[in-house]
Amino acid sequence: MSYTEIMLISSIKVIVVVLAVLTGCAYSTWLERKLVGHFQHRIGPNVAGPFGLLQPIADAIKLVFKEDIVPNNVERITYALAPIVVFIPALLSFAVVPFGDKVTMFGYQIDMVISDLDIGVLFVFAVTSLGVYGIVLAGWSSGSKYSLLGGVRSSAQMISYEVAYGLSIIGVLVIAGTLSMKELVAQQSSFFDWFIFRQPVGFVLYVICAIAETNRAPFDLPEAESELVAGYHTEYSSMRFAMFFIGEYANMLAVSCVATTIFLGGWQGPLLPPIIWFAIKVALFMSFYIWLRATLPRLRYDQLMNFGWKVLFPLALLNVMVTALIYRL
Amino acid sequence: MSEYLAIIIFLFVGIGLVLFTFFLSRLIRPANPYPEKTQNYECAEPPIGSSWIQFNNRFYIFALIFVIFDVEAIFLFPWAVAFGQLGLYALVEMMIFIFILLFGLFYAWKKGVLKWV
Amino acid sequence: MTEAAGKKTMTLNMGPQHPATHGVLRVELELDGETVVKATPHVGYLHTGIEKTAESKLYYKVIPMTDRMDYLAPMSNNLGFCLAVEKLLGLEMPERVVYARVILTELTRIASHLVWVGTHALDLGAMSMLLYAFREREMILDIYEACSGQRMMSTYFRIGGLAYDLPDDFEKRVKNILKVIPERLKDYERLLNDNKIFRSRTIGVGVISAEDAINCSLSGPCLRGSGVNYDVRKANPYCGYDKFDFEVPLGKNGDVYDRYLIRMEEMRQSLRIVKQALEGMPPGPYRVHAPGIVLPPKEDVLSKMESLIFHFKIITEGFKPPRGAVYQAIESPKGELGYYISSDGTNKPHRMRVRPPSFINLSALPEMVEGRLMADVIAVIGSIDIVLGEVDR
Repeated sequence: MSYTEIMLISSIKVIVVVLAVLTGCAYSTWLERKLVGHFQHRIGPNVAGPFGLLQPIADAIKLVFKEDIVPNNVERITYALAPIVVFIPALLSFAVVPFGDKVTMFGYQIDMVISDLDIGVLFVFAVTSLGVYGIVLAGWSSGSKYSLLGGVRSSAQMISYEVAYGLSIIGVLVIAGTLSMKELVAQQSSFFDWFIFRQPVGFVLYVICAIAETNRAPFDLPEAESELVAGYHTEYSSMRFAMFFIGEYANMLAVSCVATTIFLGGWQGPLLPPIIWFAIKVALFMSFYIWLRATLPRLRYDQLMNFGWKVLFPLALLNVMVTALIYRL
Repeated sequence: MSEYLAIIIFLFVGIGLVLFTFFLSRLIRPANPYPEKTQNYECAEPPIGSSWIQFNNRFYIFALIFVIFDVEAIFLFPWAVAFGQLGLYALVEMMIFIFILLFGLFYAWKKGVLKWV
Repeated sequence: MTEAAGKKTMTLNMGPQHPATHGVLRVELELDGETVVKATPHVGYLHTGIEKTAESKLYYKVIPMTDRMDYLAPMSNNLGFCLAVEKLLGLEMPERVVYARVILTELTRIASHLVWVGTHALDLGAMSMLLYAFREREMILDIYEACSGQRMMSTYFRIGGLAYDLPDDFEKRVKNILKVIPERLKDYERLLNDNKIFRSRTIGVGVISAEDAINCSLSGPCLRGSGVNYDVRKANPYCGYDKFDFEVPLGKNGDVYDRYLIRMEEMRQSLRIVKQALEGMPPGPYRVHAPGIVLPPKEDVLSKMESLIFHFKIITEGFKPPRGAVYQAIESPKGELGYYISSDGTNKPHRMRVRPPSFINLSALPEMVEGRLMADVIAVIGSIDIVLGEVDR
């Protein structure tokens, strides 16, 4: 393939993925509202379109038309930058997620992945942890105390879970011996080869840390609405707020995609086409997220930190040791 | 290299998308600021004092612990990937390393560094 | 930036416009990091001047205003006021009225506690609980509506009886509640009691000792959470509460979790009382016969001259209780709700003063939260169970 062809194919893939991610985020909000509605004996959105399916579009239009209120004493540059810094890393982590096998289209062999980095796993972890900068900047630059508290909480929370988050997949890496997402999927070709069965503790650790990393219930302290009103994005409105919102859901989707790829066999499955299997697994993982939100109360700050440092981190280290020992002996 | 090129394209498309939506929204949204509206939110009361204050140094200590442990955890990644090729020697070495990590954690724990409040 | 550089603490307004202060309560918090150094509640954002307005209203016209104090427990407020005026007048209620009042106020207690458990859980982040609790409360509001035509501001109790007779399907509806709610309470407890996060958020939080609770003159579940056995229904029975068999649940530690347990248990005890009252309710008139004070039956007004005149005079001029002052307390869902009414012999109260349980319980807030984390403030405000309409009056 020539250089131009590679450019062209990459660009098309990028645009398709970006659109898919945005649609995915929009319909994640729909799924969340619908599911939570049913958990709570309500109907959920049902006015805009059949089953309320047009609700995300209505929300988007509303947000675009909203006035952008910028308080007086904000640090303008960081204030404007923060939503972008949250959104872009969330988006970037989709670059290395394989959505399916190779397909042949228009005579080209096309990988269903934007970029098959040989350090794909490391890339995802590096990029997702960048999101915290946006949150801290937003919290600090808003000049509001609720935002500040939200931003500080968030940074402390994310760094506390970052360590265990990284350690949780080392067990998988020990078994697999690769950092490439594609290679990881290839190693889970049969159902019982899924890493969730070979690394159950690692999976549980991953899920808990991922929820904390994405600031979702029961770890949603940075935006705990009953304490900090809206946390770090209290002072944001209109599209800037929407960026935080999409960023959060994109992060959730990214985490679900990574979990699917690393632990749940990726796009592999019988009968249905790979992309459908992938979507089903991601949707199930997202539903789990939403289920947690509808059920669990929020942790308190010191409990959250204790849990991260005194339970998850030692457990993750032990998991690495045990895995290595079992694998070697 | 083409793999990284794709990521750079992705990055630019992402930034372009954000700028485009901001621009689009700027074109059509209303703008009607007045002093009450542009005041910082503090539950409908005028804010008392600035929010840029010296913050409790608890947060700083946690950041330090994080830096120590995260940098150490990074060493585990190459070890884990190459684990299959390495001999028993690597296993024993890494066990010692992890023990040192755990020891460091318990030291911090006993020192009361991990205690919030 | 410079003037705050040396300052280690941050002053933060929590409220009046805040999602978790249960209305327009404003708490001024002095924070060191996230630790509360000092908490000062400010009240008055919902001040409506009910006590003062009452001085210019005929007695029976005060009843609708009492609804608007603790708007989650309108029947209890009505009851307190009506009992106080009846005490002033020396009226003795027929059995049926007493039983109906007991049933309805106990249902009110359940409704109020349901809202409480829902909002409290919501404050702690368990959002589904709110909707579940409101689903059950709906059944009680339906009874309000069937009785009085109103779902929240019922104004159903009148001086000398009830506004109307109980609806025909009253017994059926109440029996339905008796059947459904115990099961639902079990569900709630499965959702909350067994939840480690909920327990860790509430156990040992917002502790107040029995001595401090008495010194702050707390009442209701807040007082009993600290283990002090004081319930107006037992200590100073009204409405024949001494005839009913029920227990007063007591806590040990005086923390948020104990107050939660007490309210859950109180709902069960209320159901017990409702059951006994429903079984024991005799037929009879729904108003006492007291010409010139209590409205005559409607059919008499339409057919008898004398009744028509009484009706007209009560509506336009009201009645004139003898000179004197009374204090009547009842056990409202929030605690001891007392009405002090002094009469100068005219047709309007000379002075009315309410002992609002929410307001007095709120005064223990700084005691409970200082030195703890900001997240605990939310849990404690929730556990005190304030209604700002009653705090500010």
